[in-house]
Amino acid sequence: MKLDVIFRVAAKIFIPFMLVFALYVQFHGDFGPGGGFQAGVVAAAMVIFYAIIFGLDAAQKIFPPRIIELMVPAGVAIFAGVGVASLFLGNDYLDYSPLMHDPVHGQHIGILLVEIGVLVTVAGTMVAIFYSFIGRGR
Amino acid sequence: MVLLTLLAAITIGIVRMRNLFGVVVLGGIYSFLMASVMIVLDAVDVAMTEASVGAGISTVLMLGALSLTKTEESVPKHLPLLPVFVAVATGAVLVFGTFALPPFGVAETPMNTHVAPYYLQNSIPDTSIPNVVTSVLSSYRGFDTLGETTVIFTAGIAVLMLLKGKRHIKPGPKRRRVSR
Repeated sequence: MKLDVIFRVAAKIFIPFMLVFALYVQFHGDFGPGGGFQAGVVAAAMVIFYAIIFGLDAAQKIFPPRIIELMVPAGVAIFAGVGVASLFLGNDYLDYSPLMHDPVHGQHIGILLVEIGVLVTVAGTMVAIFYSFIGRGR
Repeated sequence: MVLLTLLAAITIGIVRMRNLFGVVVLGGIYSFLMASVMIVLDAVDVAMTEASVGAGISTVLMLGALSLTKTEESVPKHLPLLPVFVAVATGAVLVFGTFALPPFGVAETPMNTHVAPYYLQNSIPDTSIPNVVTSVLSSYRGFDTLGETTVIFTAGIAVLMLLKGKRHIKPGPKRRRVSR
Protein backbone atom coordinates (compact mmCIF):
# COMPACT_ATOMS: atom_id res chain seq x y z
CA MET A 1 0.00 0.00 0.00
CA LYS A 2 2.33 2.70 -1.28
CA LEU A 3 -0.37 5.21 -2.04
CA ASP A 4 0.06 8.91 -2.34
CA VAL A 5 0.51 10.66 0.97
CA ILE A 6 -2.13 13.20 -0.04
CA PHE A 7 -4.74 10.44 -0.13
CA ARG A 8 -3.82 9.24 3.33
CA VAL A 9 -3.86 12.69 4.92
CA ALA A 10 -7.10 13.62 3.17
CA ALA A 11 -8.67 10.35 4.30
CA LYS A 12 -7.64 10.93 7.88
CA ILE A 13 -9.27 14.36 7.78
CA PHE A 14 -12.42 13.14 6.05
CA ILE A 15 -13.23 9.95 7.95
CA PRO A 16 -14.32 11.52 11.28
CA PHE A 17 -16.61 13.89 9.42
CA MET A 18 -18.12 10.98 7.51
CA LEU A 19 -18.91 9.23 10.77
CA VAL A 20 -20.37 12.42 12.23
CA PHE A 21 -22.45 12.88 9.10
CA ALA A 22 -23.73 9.32 9.38
CA LEU A 23 -24.76 9.90 12.99
CA TYR A 24 -26.31 13.24 12.03
CA VAL A 25 -28.37 11.59 9.30
CA GLN A 26 -29.34 8.90 11.81
CA PHE A 27 -30.48 11.07 14.71
CA HIS A 28 -31.69 14.04 12.67
CA GLY A 29 -33.88 11.73 10.59
CA ASP A 30 -36.80 12.65 12.84
CA PHE A 31 -36.57 16.28 11.86
CA GLY A 32 -35.06 16.32 8.38
CA PRO A 33 -34.43 13.94 5.54
CA GLY A 34 -32.61 10.78 6.49
CA GLY A 35 -32.99 7.81 8.75
CA GLY A 36 -31.49 4.48 9.57
CA PHE A 37 -31.13 3.24 6.02
CA GLN A 38 -29.28 6.27 4.67
CA ALA A 39 -27.14 6.55 7.80
CA GLY A 40 -26.19 2.88 7.56
CA VAL A 41 -25.07 3.35 3.98
CA VAL A 42 -22.99 6.42 4.87
CA ALA A 43 -21.36 4.56 7.76
CA ALA A 44 -20.60 1.63 5.46
CA ALA A 45 -19.14 4.06 2.93
CA MET A 46 -16.81 5.30 5.64
CA VAL A 47 -15.49 1.79 6.29
CA ILE A 48 -15.14 1.12 2.55
CA PHE A 49 -13.30 4.42 2.07
CA TYR A 50 -10.90 3.47 4.85
CA ALA A 51 -10.36 0.03 3.32
CA ILE A 52 -9.66 1.51 -0.12
CA ILE A 53 -7.09 3.98 1.17
CA PHE A 54 -5.34 1.97 3.88
CA GLY A 55 -5.88 -1.56 2.64
CA LEU A 56 -8.23 -4.36 3.60
CA ASP A 57 -6.10 -5.70 6.45
CA ALA A 58 -5.96 -2.35 8.24
CA ALA A 59 -9.71 -1.95 7.88
CA GLN A 60 -10.38 -5.46 9.16
CA LYS A 61 -8.20 -4.78 12.17
CA ILE A 62 -10.48 -1.91 13.22
CA PHE A 63 -13.75 -3.40 11.99
CA PRO A 64 -13.29 -7.18 12.35
CA PRO A 65 -15.34 -9.27 9.90
CA ARG A 66 -16.75 -11.32 12.76
CA ILE A 67 -18.32 -8.24 14.37
CA ILE A 68 -19.51 -6.94 11.00
CA GLU A 69 -21.23 -10.25 10.27
CA LEU A 70 -22.77 -10.24 13.74
CA MET A 71 -24.25 -6.81 12.97
CA VAL A 72 -26.32 -8.21 10.09
CA PRO A 73 -28.75 -10.25 12.25
CA ALA A 74 -28.32 -8.00 15.31
CA GLY A 75 -30.14 -5.09 13.67
CA VAL A 76 -33.14 -7.24 12.76
CA ALA A 77 -33.09 -8.56 16.34
CA ILE A 78 -33.15 -5.00 17.74
CA PHE A 79 -36.07 -4.11 15.48
CA ALA A 80 -38.06 -7.22 16.32
CA GLY A 81 -37.06 -6.94 19.98
CA VAL A 82 -38.61 -3.49 20.24
CA GLY A 83 -41.79 -5.01 18.86
CA VAL A 84 -41.69 -7.85 21.38
CA ALA A 85 -41.02 -5.37 24.20
CA SER A 86 -44.13 -3.39 23.36
CA LEU A 87 -45.99 -6.71 23.16
CA PHE A 88 -44.92 -7.56 26.71
CA LEU A 89 -45.89 -4.11 27.93
CA GLY A 90 -49.46 -4.85 26.95
CA ASN A 91 -49.83 -3.26 23.53
CA ASP A 92 -49.81 -4.33 19.91
CA TYR A 93 -46.66 -5.58 18.20
CA LEU A 94 -44.49 -2.62 17.10
CA ASP A 95 -46.78 -0.10 18.82
CA TYR A 96 -44.21 1.94 20.73
CA SER A 97 -46.59 3.94 22.93
CA PRO A 98 -46.03 1.96 26.18
CA LEU A 99 -42.23 2.20 26.08
CA MET A 100 -42.35 5.43 28.09
CA HIS A 101 -44.89 6.86 30.52
CA ASP A 102 -46.01 9.37 27.93
CA PRO A 103 -47.28 7.61 24.75
CA VAL A 104 -45.95 10.38 22.49
CA HIS A 105 -42.53 10.13 24.08
CA GLY A 106 -42.75 6.34 23.81
CA GLN A 107 -43.39 6.65 20.08
CA HIS A 108 -40.36 8.89 19.73
CA ILE A 109 -38.07 6.52 21.63
CA GLY A 110 -39.45 3.51 19.77
CA ILE A 111 -38.76 5.11 16.40
CA LEU A 112 -35.21 5.95 17.48
CA LEU A 113 -34.53 2.38 18.61
CA VAL A 114 -36.01 0.91 15.46
CA GLU A 115 -33.92 3.22 13.29
CA ILE A 116 -30.81 2.10 15.13
CA GLY A 117 -31.76 -1.48 14.27
CA VAL A 118 -32.08 -0.55 10.61
CA LEU A 119 -28.71 1.26 10.74
CA VAL A 120 -26.94 -1.75 12.24
CA THR A 121 -28.32 -4.20 9.69
CA VAL A 122 -27.74 -1.98 6.65
CA ALA A 123 -24.20 -0.97 7.61
CA GLY A 124 -23.27 -4.55 8.53
CA THR A 125 -24.66 -5.99 5.30
CA MET A 126 -22.95 -3.45 3.06
CA VAL A 127 -19.56 -3.81 4.71
CA ALA A 128 -19.81 -7.60 4.84
CA ILE A 129 -20.60 -7.77 1.11
CA PHE A 130 -17.70 -5.43 0.38
CA TYR A 131 -15.31 -7.51 2.50
CA SER A 132 -16.29 -10.72 0.75
CA PHE A 133 -15.95 -9.15 -2.71
CA ILE A 134 -12.51 -7.78 -2.01
CA GLY A 135 -11.36 -10.80 -0.03
CA ARG A 136 -12.21 -13.10 -2.92
CA GLY A 137 -9.97 -11.35 -5.41
CA ARG A 138 -6.81 -12.14 -3.51
CA MET B 1 -37.02 18.06 -18.78
CA VAL B 2 -33.27 18.66 -18.98
CA LEU B 3 -32.70 15.95 -16.39
CA LEU B 4 -34.87 13.46 -18.25
CA THR B 5 -33.05 14.20 -21.52
CA LEU B 6 -29.72 13.62 -19.78
CA LEU B 7 -31.09 10.36 -18.33
CA ALA B 8 -32.06 9.17 -21.81
CA ALA B 9 -28.65 10.12 -23.21
CA ILE B 10 -26.85 8.22 -20.46
CA THR B 11 -29.07 5.18 -20.95
CA ILE B 12 -28.15 5.10 -24.65
CA GLY B 13 -24.51 5.48 -23.66
CA ILE B 14 -24.74 2.54 -21.26
CA VAL B 15 -26.37 0.36 -23.91
CA ARG B 16 -23.78 1.19 -26.59
CA MET B 17 -20.67 1.05 -24.44
CA ARG B 18 -18.57 -2.12 -24.35
CA ASN B 19 -16.10 -1.07 -21.66
CA LEU B 20 -17.63 -2.21 -18.36
CA PHE B 21 -15.65 0.29 -16.27
CA GLY B 22 -17.26 3.11 -18.24
CA VAL B 23 -20.65 1.46 -17.80
CA VAL B 24 -20.20 1.44 -14.01
CA VAL B 25 -19.23 5.11 -13.98
CA LEU B 26 -22.18 5.99 -16.22
CA GLY B 27 -24.41 4.03 -13.86
CA GLY B 28 -23.22 6.20 -10.99
CA ILE B 29 -23.99 9.34 -13.01
CA TYR B 30 -27.41 7.89 -13.81
CA SER B 31 -28.10 7.43 -10.10
CA PHE B 32 -27.08 11.00 -9.31
CA LEU B 33 -29.37 12.31 -12.07
CA MET B 34 -32.18 10.16 -10.68
CA ALA B 35 -31.52 11.66 -7.24
CA SER B 36 -31.82 15.14 -8.78
CA VAL B 37 -35.14 14.14 -10.33
CA MET B 38 -36.31 13.01 -6.88
CA ILE B 39 -35.30 16.37 -5.39
CA VAL B 40 -37.29 18.14 -8.13
CA LEU B 41 -40.25 15.99 -7.08
CA ASP B 42 -39.72 17.07 -3.42
CA ALA B 43 -38.87 13.53 -2.29
CA VAL B 44 -35.70 14.38 -0.40
CA ASP B 45 -35.52 11.12 1.55
CA VAL B 46 -35.70 9.05 -1.61
CA ALA B 47 -33.11 11.29 -3.28
CA MET B 48 -30.74 10.77 -0.37
CA THR B 49 -31.18 7.01 -0.54
CA GLU B 50 -30.68 6.98 -4.30
CA ALA B 51 -27.52 9.09 -4.08
CA SER B 52 -25.94 7.06 -1.28
CA VAL B 53 -27.00 3.57 -2.38
CA GLY B 54 -27.27 3.88 -6.14
CA ALA B 55 -24.31 6.14 -6.78
CA GLY B 56 -22.17 5.29 -3.77
CA ILE B 57 -22.31 1.74 -2.51
CA SER B 58 -23.46 -0.04 -5.66
CA THR B 59 -20.78 1.68 -7.76
CA VAL B 60 -18.13 0.48 -5.31
CA LEU B 61 -19.56 -3.05 -5.28
CA MET B 62 -19.71 -3.07 -9.09
CA LEU B 63 -16.06 -2.02 -9.23
CA GLY B 64 -15.26 -4.79 -6.75
CA ALA B 65 -17.05 -7.25 -9.01
CA LEU B 66 -15.18 -5.84 -12.03
CA SER B 67 -11.86 -6.56 -10.36
CA LEU B 68 -12.85 -10.25 -10.40
CA THR B 69 -13.81 -10.35 -14.10
CA LYS B 70 -12.81 -8.93 -17.46
CA THR B 71 -13.45 -5.25 -18.15
CA GLU B 72 -14.54 -5.71 -21.77
CA GLU B 73 -17.98 -6.97 -22.68
CA SER B 74 -17.83 -9.71 -25.32
CA VAL B 75 -19.59 -9.03 -28.62
CA PRO B 76 -22.91 -10.92 -28.88
CA LYS B 77 -22.93 -13.71 -31.46
CA HIS B 78 -26.46 -13.10 -32.76
CA LEU B 79 -28.94 -10.26 -32.86
CA PRO B 80 -30.75 -9.89 -29.49
CA LEU B 81 -34.22 -9.93 -31.07
CA LEU B 82 -36.10 -11.60 -28.22
CA PRO B 83 -34.66 -9.33 -25.47
CA VAL B 84 -35.41 -6.27 -27.61
CA PHE B 85 -38.98 -7.45 -28.08
CA VAL B 86 -39.43 -8.10 -24.33
CA ALA B 87 -37.96 -4.70 -23.41
CA VAL B 88 -40.04 -2.78 -25.96
CA ALA B 89 -43.22 -4.64 -25.02
CA THR B 90 -42.71 -4.04 -21.28
CA GLY B 91 -41.95 -0.37 -21.90
CA ALA B 92 -45.04 0.00 -24.09
CA VAL B 93 -47.24 -1.58 -21.40
CA LEU B 94 -45.76 0.74 -18.75
CA VAL B 95 -46.28 3.85 -20.92
CA PHE B 96 -49.83 2.67 -21.62
CA GLY B 97 -50.33 2.33 -17.85
CA THR B 98 -49.29 5.94 -17.24
CA PHE B 99 -52.20 7.19 -19.38
CA ALA B 100 -54.63 6.03 -16.68
CA LEU B 101 -52.72 7.78 -13.86
CA PRO B 102 -54.24 10.97 -12.47
CA PRO B 103 -52.39 14.21 -13.34
CA PHE B 104 -49.36 14.96 -11.17
CA GLY B 105 -50.04 16.84 -7.94
CA VAL B 106 -53.85 16.83 -8.06
CA ALA B 107 -55.40 16.90 -4.58
CA GLU B 108 -58.46 14.70 -5.23
CA THR B 109 -56.56 11.57 -6.25
CA PRO B 110 -56.96 8.40 -4.13
CA MET B 111 -53.38 8.54 -2.88
CA ASN B 112 -53.95 12.03 -1.47
CA THR B 113 -57.38 11.37 0.03
CA HIS B 114 -57.01 7.89 1.58
CA VAL B 115 -54.58 7.79 4.56
CA ALA B 116 -52.14 10.57 3.68
CA PRO B 117 -54.22 13.37 5.33
CA TYR B 118 -54.45 11.31 8.52
CA TYR B 119 -50.66 10.91 8.65
CA LEU B 120 -50.08 14.59 7.92
CA GLN B 121 -52.50 15.75 10.59
CA ASN B 122 -51.62 13.26 13.33
CA SER B 123 -47.86 12.83 12.97
CA ILE B 124 -47.02 15.64 15.40
CA PRO B 125 -49.71 14.86 18.03
CA ASP B 126 -49.01 11.11 17.89
CA THR B 127 -45.23 10.95 17.65
CA SER B 128 -43.93 14.57 17.96
CA ILE B 129 -41.86 13.97 14.82
CA PRO B 130 -41.99 16.69 12.17
CA ASN B 131 -40.62 14.54 9.35
CA VAL B 132 -43.72 12.60 8.32
CA VAL B 133 -41.66 10.22 6.17
CA THR B 134 -39.86 8.96 9.26
CA SER B 135 -42.99 8.59 11.37
CA VAL B 136 -44.83 6.75 8.60
CA LEU B 137 -41.87 4.48 7.89
CA SER B 138 -41.03 3.55 11.46
CA SER B 139 -44.27 3.90 13.39
CA TYR B 140 -47.43 3.81 11.29
CA ARG B 141 -45.91 1.33 8.87
CA GLY B 142 -43.37 -0.22 11.22
CA PHE B 143 -44.31 -3.71 10.15
CA ASP B 144 -43.41 -2.93 6.53
CA THR B 145 -40.06 -1.52 7.59
CA LEU B 146 -39.37 -4.61 9.68
CA GLY B 147 -40.02 -6.64 6.55
CA GLU B 148 -37.69 -4.39 4.56
CA THR B 149 -34.92 -4.83 7.11
CA THR B 150 -35.46 -8.57 6.98
CA VAL B 151 -35.14 -8.44 3.19
CA ILE B 152 -31.78 -6.67 3.52
CA PHE B 153 -30.73 -9.23 6.11
CA THR B 154 -31.73 -12.12 3.85
CA ALA B 155 -30.04 -10.61 0.81
CA GLY B 156 -26.86 -9.99 2.77
CA ILE B 157 -26.81 -13.55 4.12
CA ALA B 158 -27.39 -14.93 0.64
CA VAL B 159 -24.56 -12.92 -0.92
CA LEU B 160 -22.24 -13.87 1.93
CA MET B 161 -23.08 -17.56 1.46
CA LEU B 162 -22.35 -17.31 -2.26
CA LEU B 163 -19.11 -15.35 -1.97
CA LYS B 164 -17.62 -16.65 1.25
CA GLY B 165 -18.45 -20.32 0.73
CA LYS B 166 -15.61 -22.65 1.64
CA ARG B 167 -13.50 -23.34 -1.42
CA HIS B 168 -12.56 -26.91 -0.65
CA ILE B 169 -15.09 -29.67 -1.20
CA LYS B 170 -15.69 -32.05 1.69
CA PRO B 171 -14.64 -35.59 0.81
CA GLY B 172 -17.86 -37.57 0.80
CA PRO B 173 -18.05 -41.34 1.14
CA LYS B 174 -18.44 -42.01 -2.59
CA ARG B 175 -16.97 -38.83 -4.02
CA ARG B 176 -13.40 -38.70 -5.23
CA ARG B 177 -11.16 -36.68 -2.98
CA VAL B 178 -10.55 -33.22 -4.48
CA SER B 179 -7.26 -31.84 -3.40
CA ARG B 180 -6.48 -28.18 -3.55
